[in-house]
Amino acid sequence: MPKPGGTTVSVGHQVDSDHQLARLLQIGVVLEEVVEARSYHHYQSIDGEPQLDPEIESLLEHVVEESADHRERLEDLIDQLNADSVPFEQIEALVEAQYGATEPDDFDDILYDQLCNEETAYKFYDDLVGALRASEASFSIHRDRLIDVLVGIREEEAQGVKEVTTLMNTRQ
Amino acid sequence: MNTADQYVKAIYLLQRMEDAPASTGALADRLDVSPASANEMIGKLESRGLAEHEKYKGVTLTDEGIVRARDALQTYCIIERFLANVLSVDEFRSEARELEPVIDDLVAERLDTIIDRNADCPDCFDPETDACCHLEIVAEHAEAGEQRAD
Repeated sequence: MPKPGGTTVSVGHQVDSDHQLARLLQIGVVLEEVVEARSYHHYQSIDGEPQLDPEIESLLEHVVEESADHRERLEDLIDQLNADSVPFEQIEALVEAQYGATEPDDFDDILYDQLCNEETAYKFYDDLVGALRASEASFSIHRDRLIDVLVGIREEEAQGVKEVTTLMNTRQ
Repeated sequence: MNTADQYVKAIYLLQRMEDAPASTGALADRLDVSPASANEMIGKLESRGLAEHEKYKGVTLTDEGIVRARDALQTYCIIERFLANVLSVDEFRSEARELEPVIDDLVAERLDTIIDRNADCPDCFDPETDACCHLEIVAEHAEAGEQRAD
């Protein structure tokens, strides 16, 4: 029977090749770069505010550093798969180009945006770790080391969700 | 995207292509699963109020199913567009199909903040080419289409 549209999809949640893994790690890098660029943007935007909020300023500063660190850890894994990463400048330019349409209005919006960032990143790493654990494929990177790195990043994202939520609650 | 979402998306596209209910065989074929697996999932979609199955005719999405399918299709468009425009992946369609089960809607929404998607999404999606009609289809895909037509 001819396949409608000539295409099929594979229903499942497995990661089974170096290529697919490298692509997912690239997506992780882009997510971190989006966080880094947006946080930097927010940080810059509140810098000139008359009523600077030190807690939010400190949070954004921390987020920028943490995302850069996560990006480096992911890039290290991508290197081992002989794939290329995605240049930060490229993503920064895209964030810049689209930022106007999604720019937060005030401090609460900035916190909400940060919460979305942290939750999204957590979900991404959690799904990726789940897919890797469900797969029996072997990769150029040692599986245990790969999962350890991703679990480590995931836990820092979970901590980030807690920190932003706490800050949001104290401001209510 | 979870399995149920992949099914409603496939049913939606088959319905659109045929302008008729989607047959279980065509659905199983599109999703590369056995007809028994497709039947089992159709039963689950029916019990969740997302689809209706009529013997010898096929499966039709309910209004709720259509909303869910359009959301899933939008997520898929984001993945394709991200691969093609941000990562410059030539085989963005085949890679999107591979990545679809692992990319959550939440993640796609964040990727959406850096891509320039058309306002008509997901109506821009062409089920025949399996791609957003605003994305350029590279030569390799055009050749694959010709082979299918043969």
